[in-house]
Amino acid sequence: MAEPMTEAGPVALRTSPLAHLEERMRAAAVPGARGVTLTERPFLTMVNLRVGPGSEAADRIEHTLGARLPRRCGDTTSAGPHTVVWLGPDEWLVLSSAEGAVLTAELRAALGPAPGSAVDVSANRTTLELSGPSSRQVLEKGCPLDLHPRALGPGRAVSTTVGPVAVLLWQVDDAPTYRLFPRSSFADYLGRWLIDAMEEFRGPEVP
Amino acid sequence: MLLITCPWCGPRDETEYHYGGQAHVPYPETPADLTDEQWAAYVFYRDNPKGPFAERWMHSIGCRRWFNVLRDTATHEVLTSYRLDEPRPELPQAGGNR
Ligand SMILES: [Zn+2]
Repeated sequence: MAEPMTEAGPVALRTSPLAHLEERMRAAAVPGARGVTLTERPFLTMVNLRVGPGSEAADRIEHTLGARLPRRCGDTTSAGPHTVVWLGPDEWLVLSSAEGAVLTAELRAALGPAPGSAVDVSANRTTLELSGPSSRQVLEKGCPLDLHPRALGPGRAVSTTVGPVAVLLWQVDDAPTYRLFPRSSFADYLGRWLIDAMEEFRGPEVP
Repeated sequence: MLLITCPWCGPRDETEYHYGGQAHVPYPETPADLTDEQWAAYVFYRDNPKGPFAERWMHSIGCRRWFNVLRDTATHEVLTSYRLDEPRPELPQAGGNR
């Protein structure tokens, strides 16, 4: 079992998948009415959860989280430090600021002997935050989904692709702010792809 | 580009999916009794209809679930999609069912 991380131990030693792009992402920020910014929010806790929907074990897990497990594609639920994202009919991703090992242990205890799993996958993905008036247009350069407010709004999260990279895409607010969750090994490519896609908004709008 | 409707996620581009070949090909009930020829028929032989064809797809970029699609092989029209625990919808001349 993973031991809780301490400031003197692994926490101080870990490096985020996009630490080397921090400077370039900051420099790529576009201010103003056509503005868009890109930042990494590293080391978010992510727990992959599989359990039969509507089962007693699912009830116990919902009680532990304080949030319902969303039942439809795109839906999310939130409570305290946790946001639960729908990944499949019996699969969810719990995004949280709580400590990973502790949350995973709580969810495992709630699952009990029922069929399913709760696995700490925090290192599997990293989090990119894209925000500002132009952020939807940046994503629309390479995302096949309809991102218009009529189809996607705050609190919606879907698995899709941005460029060639598979991501979980979560719209957080109306700014609009999006959080993108690529696998860590694809994060560098996606970060550079987004920096490139943001570049044109620095100049005046082409009529 | 096909637009395929995942039973759980709704319509998504073909690029989000992985193709899985003909649907409704049952595993042999008594595999130990099969001759080489019968094994070959099970492993390699598939229908090749011109028209509606039942085939498996997996939503690899999305919910990662397998499901079935009825697709017209002549027009590429996706006629319908359905879950693995649902029966194949009735269509005239539909191939891919054994
Ligand atoms: Zn799906």
